[in-house]
Amino acid sequence: MRRSVSIAGLAAALVLGTLGFGTGQKSHVANAQEKMSMMEVKIDNFTFGPAALTVSVGTTVTWINKDDIPHTVVSTDDPKTFKSKVLDTDEKFSFTFSKAGTYPYFCSIHPKMTGKVIVQ
Amino acid sequence: MSEKKKDELLNDHNHDGVDRRGFLKCMAWAGTGAFCVMKGGVLNSYSLSRLSEISAPDMMGELSFVQISDSHMGFNKPANPDVAGTLKAAVDKINALSRAPEFMLHTGDISHLSKPEEFDTVDQILKSATPKDVFYVPGEHDVLNDDGKQFMERYGKGSKGAGWYSFEKKGVHFIGLVNVMNLKAGGLGTLGHDQLEWLEDDVKHLKHSTPIVVFAHIPLWSVYPQWGWGTDDSAQALAYLKKFGSVTVLNGHIHQTMQKVEGNVTFHTAASTAFPQPAPGKADSPGPMKVPAEQLKSVLGITDVNYKQGKQALAVVDSSLA
Repeated sequence: MRRSVSIAGLAAALVLGTLGFGTGQKSHVANAQEKMSMMEVKIDNFTFGPAALTVSVGTTVTWINKDDIPHTVVSTDDPKTFKSKVLDTDEKFSFTFSKAGTYPYFCSIHPKMTGKVIVQ
Repeated sequence: MSEKKKDELLNDHNHDGVDRRGFLKCMAWAGTGAFCVMKGGVLNSYSLSRLSEISAPDMMGELSFVQISDSHMGFNKPANPDVAGTLKAAVDKINALSRAPEFMLHTGDISHLSKPEEFDTVDQILKSATPKDVFYVPGEHDVLNDDGKQFMERYGKGSKGAGWYSFEKKGVHFIGLVNVMNLKAGGLGTLGHDQLEWLEDDVKHLKHSTPIVVFAHIPLWSVYPQWGWGTDDSAQALAYLKKFGSVTVLNGHIHQTMQKVEGNVTFHTAASTAFPQPAPGKADSPGPMKVPAEQLKSVLGITDVNYKQGKQALAVVDSSLA
């Protein structure tokens, strides 16, 4: 578990260029633009929350699995815009949306779980 | 689930007052071990307390096998922090059966995260089971990250496509199906065109009197679509089996025993050896259901199946680990 959290933390750091991200808390107030560039989707109880998320172009969305069962985050398009590996409890997956559009996705293990990211 | 009148088989030959509705209720009591025998398409049910009254030839089949399911090796949360221990308990239960099963069927979710060490651990534990032959079909937890490549390498020798196959034992035709690949957003389990074509061809030349056993991970009937408990193209598969006088469908995935009889087809789901899940709609989501530690083994289980040549139908008996 520690290994995967540190990998997720490293990935987040690389993506954001900011150290210390992972808990969603900031010790200092970042400028408005930086604050808007990171958004989180919580996975719990076989649900993506929020199920529909609207973000601006360039935003990095991080999914975090808070459920006691593993899930994945896979876009429904073909070829797939994004596809996470399997996320066990507390594992994360991040993706930066560089193009505007609507990106429906689902959990490939439990396909009834669906969500979408709207990038404007 | 609504009951269709045409499925009702009112049968009280054994005079224990358990008619079909009562039988279904009985089967819903997890781990009661209700003993059910189908003879020529007619369902007889016996409560365990009357087991001694059943004659040995009725009980002893010529073919005996066990179904286990959903071992989820690698799961370690409060619902069960020791899934290896409960799988070992299931093996002990199998080894204690009065009639040693010839082989085992594992209806998937062998591993929890498709990790090599998880598969290795299950293989190790099952080595101590009396029946040495095990036939597998994958669950969705067995095909993570690699599109089922590892599952195929370990268990898919001689199978087609994503791991479907058939074999014969004592005149009973067994069909292993895969309905956990290429799942679509918002969808249920799926068999896919290639597999359905293979199935049609596989059973085409079999005599109508051949008993059929189909095993697959996700239920092949609509248990609870809201939770993904069903297979979107199973109707087509069942259409290919319509001509047979006896079809038994064995599934897993829902971590509880459930049974449905529709004409010549008996659908049955097995308990998990790892953790239970809530009854349809009885919780927000179909996740692991926590029960008091001392009750855990009573909601996990194995399924013992007996077939006697000459009698078309199979006797399917669930028993819990405690």
